[in-house]
Amino acid sequence: MLEKHARLMHFLNSCEEVVGRKRLQKMIFIMKKCGVPFEEKYEFHFYGPYSEELTLRIEEMCNLGFISEAMEEKRNYYQYRYNLTDSGHDFLEHADIERPELGGYISAMNEKSSRFLELVSTMLFFEHLPKEEIEEKVYTVKSRQNYKQEELEEAWAFIRELRPVS
Amino acid sequence: MAYRDEKLDEEKVFKDPVHRYVHVRDRVIWDLIGTREFQRLRRVKQLGTTYLTFHGAEHSRFSHSLGVYEIVRRILENFRDHKDWNEDERLLSLCAALLHDLGHGPFSHSFEKAFRLDHEDYTQSILLGDTEVNRVLSGVEEGFPKKVADVINKTYTDKLVVSLISSQIDADRMDYLQRDAYFTGVSYGHFDMERILRVMRPLEDQVAIKESGMHAVEDYIMSRYQMYWQIYFHPVTRSAEVILSKILKRAKELYKNGYEFELKPVHFFSFFEEAPSLEEYLDLDENVVMYYFQMWIREKDPILSDLCERFVNRKLFKYIEFNPNLQMNAWRELYDLFEEAGVDPRFYLEVDSSSDLPYDFYRPGEEGERLPIHLLQPDGGLKELSRLSEIVESISGKKRTDHKLYFPADTIEQISDEKTKQRIKGILYGREEQ
Repeated sequence: MLEKHARLMHFLNSCEEVVGRKRLQKMIFIMKKCGVPFEEKYEFHFYGPYSEELTLRIEEMCNLGFISEAMEEKRNYYQYRYNLTDSGHDFLEHADIERPELGGYISAMNEKSSRFLELVSTMLFFEHLPKEEIEEKVYTVKSRQNYKQEELEEAWAFIRELRPVS
Repeated sequence: MAYRDEKLDEEKVFKDPVHRYVHVRDRVIWDLIGTREFQRLRRVKQLGTTYLTFHGAEHSRFSHSLGVYEIVRRILENFRDHKDWNEDERLLSLCAALLHDLGHGPFSHSFEKAFRLDHEDYTQSILLGDTEVNRVLSGVEEGFPKKVADVINKTYTDKLVVSLISSQIDADRMDYLQRDAYFTGVSYGHFDMERILRVMRPLEDQVAIKESGMHAVEDYIMSRYQMYWQIYFHPVTRSAEVILSKILKRAKELYKNGYEFELKPVHFFSFFEEAPSLEEYLDLDENVVMYYFQMWIREKDPILSDLCERFVNRKLFKYIEFNPNLQMNAWRELYDLFEEAGVDPRFYLEVDSSSDLPYDFYRPGEEGERLPIHLLQPDGGLKELSRLSEIVESISGKKRTDHKLYFPADTIEQISDEKTKQRIKGILYGREEQ
């Protein structure tokens, strides 16, 4: 029952807390691209890969009481903070799912900004293209973010570092 | 005259129950409609299993695709000569509108989940591969198929073109809401599209709505909300969807275990291996799938046979409302009781959640991820819809979610061990018969 939800709970349990919906979206996408068996379907929305399924699944888990969502008011926007609840821990304990080790991915991503994760996830979204075309795509679809060449280089290095992690 | 500018000697019209007429004048559009990949969409239903709940819902992705094309054509009539609209993008927009669903397979959603496929990947493959569609598009100019693919993939440079078929108020949604309402026979999918088209304005990289059109947009948003809960997520349709998924899961499991099918599912082999080629993918339409389901009723495997019988002859699973948190123990006990009774719970017990069919209800921006609907103010400024509309504001923040437990009530009645049967019924219905 609810295996897809349980996989997300396993992720939340592994990182204890996630701050920001965009950050959560990008982290799951990046891990999925690294072969972690998340099943949420992503599409390219205006500003990057986005999963409606993930958004809805998180809402379901909040409504069920498996995770808690705290809203914090920032200057121009609201920020959301997610934690696994006691019920969530209980559910996860009995869930019949694989539990891959996610610590390596999480600590690597936690050191990076949301802006950087956004860049990495966009590059991974276009990974079927040649490197030059990927960079061209980033400059096109992310023109408002004004990514610099150094950031792209850092993102390439990050992807290389992340992929062997298991 | 260049192929891209060629017009038909006489305008072709398709009679359409939603838009009255679909008008085609461009040679390229006419040629695309005639390709085998586009014609295949006649054999893929727009609403999958919904016809088992609403018998009128037999319409195809073919008619929806023509409808989206027609809406974009009408929008662009209004955009012509507008300073923010580049008329050179007209043919590209029309092609993308017509072809946006080209990669949909049979019962798309269940197939994608069961075999880990993505129809969008196949749309790209059809556009860019060795296909009739690709040959027509390549005739326009070198690189044109790639441009169409980029628009459909939402990664094209000109976001305004992308917005026409993929945004919170786009031609895709405007067609399917009206078409699905028409064919299911319900009254709540209607809104004043003509009014919306009249108040749409191209604005740099998005389509904005004149503030005076706000009430028409409110109707459209309400229509999305109601159609989801009344049609798309109808519990009986979900029951059919659960059975369909179980059939695919069982057939794949049997294949992997070396089971000898009476009718070898040759069209499914590459799907079971999760790697169908483009040709194999295009060969499997809903007519072919239904043929196999009909034939599998006679298979020796009792589970496959029973599930196919249920799907083909509409003997669906029953359901109850279910809270996976509060009823966690009930689930575990039911699972064990089903096993004890010889009813395989992997195929006959399922919790279905609203996230299994993502709901694209209106959200006023997801930390910048999704562009909201903007209303164009008389002074030229933009305001997000829910800030001006109380109706939209009242539903855009709601997080209604839903979980149901599906099970075969008739099979439970046939369980021979009376004690087990009564306990199962006690959990499901809250009462045990004496």
